[in-house]
Amino acid sequence: MGFGGFLLRRLALTVPTLFGVTVVGFLLAYMLPGNPALVKAGPFATPDFVAEVERQMGLDQPLPVQYLRYLGALLQGDLGLSSSTGRPVLADFAQRLPATLELTLAALLIAIGIGVPLGVLSAIHRDTLLDHAGRVLSVAGVAMPSFWTGLLLIYVFFYLLDLAPAPLGRLAPGLQPPAAVTGLYVVDSALAGDWPALRSALQHLALPAATLGIAVMAPVARMVRATMLETLQSDFVKAAWGAGLPPRRVIYGDALRNALIPVVTILGVVFGFLMAGNAVVESVFAWPGIGNYAVTSLMTKDAGPIQSFVLFVALMYVVVNLAVDLLYGLIDPRIRLG
Amino acid sequence: MEAAADIAEAAPPARGARFWRRLRRNRLSFAALWVLAAIALAALLAPWVAPFDPNLPDPEAPLAPPGWRHLLGTDLYGRDQLSRIIHAGRVNLLIAGGATLGALVLGAVLGAVAGYRGGWLDQVVMRATDSIMAFPAFVLAMGITAAIGNSLLNVAIAIGVTQVPSYVRLVRGEMLRVREMEYAEAARTVGNPDRRIVLVHLLPNCIPPLIVQATLAMGYAILTLAALSYLGLGIRPPQSEWGQMTAEGASEIVTGAWWLFLFPGLAIVVTVLAFNLLGDALRDLLDPRMRGL
Repeated sequence: MGFGGFLLRRLALTVPTLFGVTVVGFLLAYMLPGNPALVKAGPFATPDFVAEVERQMGLDQPLPVQYLRYLGALLQGDLGLSSSTGRPVLADFAQRLPATLELTLAALLIAIGIGVPLGVLSAIHRDTLLDHAGRVLSVAGVAMPSFWTGLLLIYVFFYLLDLAPAPLGRLAPGLQPPAAVTGLYVVDSALAGDWPALRSALQHLALPAATLGIAVMAPVARMVRATMLETLQSDFVKAAWGAGLPPRRVIYGDALRNALIPVVTILGVVFGFLMAGNAVVESVFAWPGIGNYAVTSLMTKDAGPIQSFVLFVALMYVVVNLAVDLLYGLIDPRIRLG
Repeated sequence: MEAAADIAEAAPPARGARFWRRLRRNRLSFAALWVLAAIALAALLAPWVAPFDPNLPDPEAPLAPPGWRHLLGTDLYGRDQLSRIIHAGRVNLLIAGGATLGALVLGAVLGAVAGYRGGWLDQVVMRATDSIMAFPAFVLAMGITAAIGNSLLNVAIAIGVTQVPSYVRLVRGEMLRVREMEYAEAARTVGNPDRRIVLVHLLPNCIPPLIVQATLAMGYAILTLAALSYLGLGIRPPQSEWGQMTAEGASEIVTGAWWLFLFPGLAIVVTVLAFNLLGDALRDLLDPRMRGL
């Protein structure tokens, strides 16, 4: 089957998932404490006016109708108002998304940069001290709550050694953020040639990115180790050994390239880990991203942003998993038949 | 070497004894089992095991570092931290255990019905399962506690909901496999009602993998609970819980009181690690392909 057919089939599978995600998102929003009409009408509204707003918002309609309205609003990018900032949730999100993106990308870089070599070396040197150490590391990495890892890093690098800046935000106070091009301070300040800002941005990014990276590294290393072990025992690698090819070439040329293909599939899982970790790590480091925004809004009894966050993450998750599947189908034609 | 000992025994020991012996052979996971037993016992007997009343301030020693009198130090009010951790363990184990058990029962029933009956019921259950799995588990748990509030029961429900799909999938898959087998056919021919066939004849097949899944899920439930509480979405004072205690300790980092965030977090790490190690070992033991090793 060609890639076109596979693409269509996979896209069709996404439709019921998207339906399910929006239904769950709607139910969560529906169960929220507090009356959204009250928020919209303002604190000094009369009961009559609130009832009028309720009618306008369709809150007196049956559930399925309310769901359709919710879906319609969603398609227009309307995520409702935040009662704590008084702005549309979508605008607040857009403003904070680059911070989350910067943290997520940096963590992903750390997780892959350490996780992949660790998995490969563990598989090659199976059952040696290195392998055991790697396994202990990945088992412990999964058991450590990310807020705790973050606090440990803060205690050691900020309080004891004074190497890291205070865990408050993305830049040292008094520094101007660089002109926004990508929204990522590290990239923007480098583009602008603003070295003090770049330095400060990197210093602020280091600990949260390491915290999130450590949490995600474990599953990456584990997966790479497993697929690498499998590949090393496969026939074509045995044939390569038998042909007398140099070990370096067999391991890093033939085996590694094939072992890395299945690793693409866990990118979806990794993304889920990253998004879950974001909310926590952003809170620990007062990182001004969407996760922190959702959690702090809730503290002021403003539950709208957290529902939008949940929905946003789920939609991203669906898209990422779709992209991963398509990518996999592109790399490995056998999948298309499945 | 072990094989020789096995052969020497004339009569094969009972299944339970054999299982026990294999588990003991894996020293690390056997240690994990003891650690878990100790933690559970300490939580159960908290009022007798804890050296102090967890809520009683010691005016002589606010923010005392770990020492002979207070092994793990005291907090801002002079409350003994070891006693607080032991008492908080009750909440951790109760909620994680309750959520896991509830999810297991609900998931097993839904999975059994969906797998055995098939048809539209199967479709509905599986689509609902897919929708829940489309959310990263922790993020969904956040959304649920935000929506329904964070009483003990609600937090357990939030954690449980994120777990249900894994049990549904597991049991449904097993049902699809065994429902056409001859013994199931035989049970039907004799005229057993469906409920009896599923409960008595088919479901017991799923118990070993369910135990493995539940053990691993316990670790995950404790992590989720702790993270929710850390964010203020889970357990809140005056109840205490390890994640919430870590959050309290976090605000004391700037005063250098490292023991306040370190030890509650360490309690989480040790407990989760023990559940994960035990779960991994059980999976190796209960997986039929590993039998006879």
